Amino acid sequence: MGINIVDKRDNPKGKSSPNRQKLLKRIGHKIKKAMPDIIKKSNVKDLTSSKKGVKIPVKGINEPQFGYEGGSGDNKRVHPGNKEYTTGDKIKKPRGGEGERGQKGSNDPTVTEDDFTISISREEFLEYFFEDLELPDMVKKHLNSVVDFKQRRAGFTNAGSPNRLNVVKSYKNSMSRKMATSIFYDKKIKEIEDKLKDTTLTQDKIDELNKELKKLINMKTSVNFMEEIDLQYNNYEQYPVPVTSAVMFCIMDVSASMGEKEKDISKRFFMLLYMFLTKQYERIEIVFIRHHTQAKEVDEDEFFNSRESGGTIVLPALELMDKIITDKYSTDWNIYAAQASDGDVWDNADAISCGDLLRDKLLNKIQYMVYIEIARMRYSNLWEQYENVSGNVNNFKTGKIKDNTEIWDVFKDFFKKRVKE
Amino acid sequence: MTKEQLKEMFSNSDWNADTILEADKIISRIAEEHLGLETYPNQFEIVSSEQMLDAYSLVGLPISYNHWKFGKDFVINKNKYKKGQMGLAYELVINSDPCISYNMEDNTTCLMLLVLAHAAYGHNHFFKNNYLFKQWTHADAIVDYMLFARDYVEKCEEKYGYEEVERILDACHMIQRYGVDKYTKPQRISAKKEKERLKQKLEDDRVLLNDLWRTVPNDDEGITLRRERFPSQPEENILYFIEKNSPNLKVWQRELIRIVRKTAQYFYPQGQSKVINEGCATFSHYEIINQMYEEGYLTDGFMMEFYHNHSNVIFQPGFDSKYYSGLNPYTLGFNIFMDLKRMSLEPTEEDKEWFPEIAGKGNWAETFRYIVENFKDETFVLQYLSPKVIRDMRLFEVSDEEERRVYEISAIHNKQGYKDVRKSLSETYNRATYIPDIQVYDVDVNGDRTLTLNYTSVDSKRINNDDVDVVLDNISLLWGFPVSLIEDEDPRQTLGISDSKLFI
Repeated sequence: MGINIVDKRDNPKGKSSPNRQKLLKRIGHKIKKAMPDIIKKSNVKDLTSSKKGVKIPVKGINEPQFGYEGGSGDNKRVHPGNKEYTTGDKIKKPRGGEGERGQKGSNDPTVTEDDFTISISREEFLEYFFEDLELPDMVKKHLNSVVDFKQRRAGFTNAGSPNRLNVVKSYKNSMSRKMATSIFYDKKIKEIEDKLKDTTLTQDKIDELNKELKKLINMKTSVNFMEEIDLQYNNYEQYPVPVTSAVMFCIMDVSASMGEKEKDISKRFFMLLYMFLTKQYERIEIVFIRHHTQAKEVDEDEFFNSRESGGTIVLPALELMDKIITDKYSTDWNIYAAQASDGDVWDNADAISCGDLLRDKLLNKIQYMVYIEIARMRYSNLWEQYENVSGNVNNFKTGKIKDNTEIWDVFKDFFKKRVKE
Repeated sequence: MTKEQLKEMFSNSDWNADTILEADKIISRIAEEHLGLETYPNQFEIVSSEQMLDAYSLVGLPISYNHWKFGKDFVINKNKYKKGQMGLAYELVINSDPCISYNMEDNTTCLMLLVLAHAAYGHNHFFKNNYLFKQWTHADAIVDYMLFARDYVEKCEEKYGYEEVERILDACHMIQRYGVDKYTKPQRISAKKEKERLKQKLEDDRVLLNDLWRTVPNDDEGITLRRERFPSQPEENILYFIEKNSPNLKVWQRELIRIVRKTAQYFYPQGQSKVINEGCATFSHYEIINQMYEEGYLTDGFMMEFYHNHSNVIFQPGFDSKYYSGLNPYTLGFNIFMDLKRMSLEPTEEDKEWFPEIAGKGNWAETFRYIVENFKDETFVLQYLSPKVIRDMRLFEVSDEEERRVYEISAIHNKQGYKDVRKSLSETYNRATYIPDIQVYDVDVNGDRTLTLNYTSVDSKRINNDDVDVVLDNISLLWGFPVSLIEDEDPRQTLGISDSKLFI
């Protein structure tokens, strides 16, 4: 009859991917619904840094069907491994127990859904996360202009630096060359040997032939182990890649009026922005600037964790940002900024000069800036000035957040897809 | 190749195509000579773990229509596999002609030989010869049919929208277990005939009017005659009934119902033959590999590994073990067959009393084939579970009556207990024990066309209330009118009714 062996291992993977897409589509709204919860509860940093993907518990995709209520009615079951029971023994039922369950196969409909957790890749997660959102003015000025190069393998060449020598390939060449050349000599040698077998030859002739034979054997053994022609080098070529790097400025007010709660809200908002940008850019740098009466560039840990007190002046922070941009990010960078504050400023003059600096200078250099006010006061000087500015430009937005639950809405509002006319 | 060379080859734990080809020559010969197995040609596929998971989620079909359910199963299986809660099977075999088996790439040579004997010969023989499979499935047509189904569903999605298609399929899946004929023989299916039939059907539907809804009986002289029920006999295949009788469904919707029900029908025998099928395959691999050893093809080292794997397969933890999750069908089936062979060759007095037609007759292979051909789990256990197996496995019966606060041990492995244990174990493999008996009972032809389903209660078990309403709502989507569920033909015992708002 014979057997037909088929090696399927090299078949393309992901046979079930249409089913997965369908599943994601089906639970999409549940995933989206879970988003605010995820932002609120989980450590957002994990979400952004996890390369493995994000686990999302999804409830309620059970597949209802007619079935018996557990424990109802009279049942008789048979079990193995009796040790001490005899007929008529009685065992107390556990409270609330619904009796034993049968063996659960992988496709058994009774597999519980409670712990059904779908792992979605980081990309898929961000896709859900930022569905309906788009980067402001995606006409990124540098995205299309070629400014960076990467290397990739591009076959072999026969010239190059020694460190790129491909030993295996070169050795193969050498072997085949040696074989080919020695076959030529082998043939000749054999011819002469055949001639030598002839007994009618004169001694002179024999000497002559022997001489030639010696010469040929010499030549055969002197075929070089490596010739220039054998050498093969790995070749690389440069290919252009679009610049996909961005820098994100996080500016936060750390004056006494900003409590833990306010800082927490800002932190979540910054993280959200960071995630949003990681979706668009390969490389993102973050600059943290904190300020009270003075501004200072700090690392992330210090930014969120150390406390200082004092009054609030905002202008130094913006000036510092301007300076950093000029020093480090003046060319080829997509610049984003997010500022968080409680709106409380020392005096109105500070607020006015902040507004001016933004309008006249900063906003021309950067792609997009958002300002969130962790609102406790109904009215703040800074808010008023910023409102003014944002009314006149389209790369600056302001929003107020009272507590965690509003972060998502405000964020969405900032980056809402604009309806294209 | 000489025997010594083969021995050498099989003792190397790395295998290649030649290893399998050589092993197959020997195994197929032994399968035929020693056990008398008769099989479909084999297609032996080597797959990776990812592909194995794929196969799992399609419930062992090589191909199926796309649906989120399969995506979900894939996720569940993968999560479990990753957590280490579940090992992947060494093989997965499909009831098709040729018989396709998936085999894990990282199996050792020993495992490959084991699964070759187990799946490609044991299961294969079962599929080809068991009466349930012969009667209910068409091994030569299934792959073609599933291809047809996938394409058809895809086309419907393009044409009528993915949501619409999913709505229908979801509703069908909820009652897929009620899409099975148990007594009439379905026609053979083939992709080509299906297409022709569809064409014809379109034409017919245009020409014919649905008899059911055309006439309203006269209510002469104010005498209300007792209306005949429709259907006049209860119909167990709910999907079939809806496909044929639902008034408003479009042709493609009916076809989707048909696809789901045909798939259900294909799996119908599998659900009822786990023990006997696995028993058949496990017994086969055990006999074949041992015979290979007898004939000198295998080393002692190979056999050590084989026994290790074999005992993993038939591992049966006791009821009080934390690994216990019910009776292992491999173990039960294997033990029964092994004991039948023992009885046939070395009978005891007890065997002669219990199995006079087998004990001491010596024709164990013939008996084995006869049983494989003519039984399913329920009847297999009822007929052939021997006192010795009950003793060896220390089986005991527990009574769990809802009203009582205690479980009672109602039978153990002693003279009084054998028959009871056997009977109630057999009963657990009866389909009605795990799937409630619900059938189409009546349609209110004169009134609002409510479809009434009837649950015939068994052992005073109740239907799980949580899902009833959702399922009824979904059936009513297919039916187009309200659907209700009653118990024991008593209209006062309504278990549920579909949401009336669906049809305003």
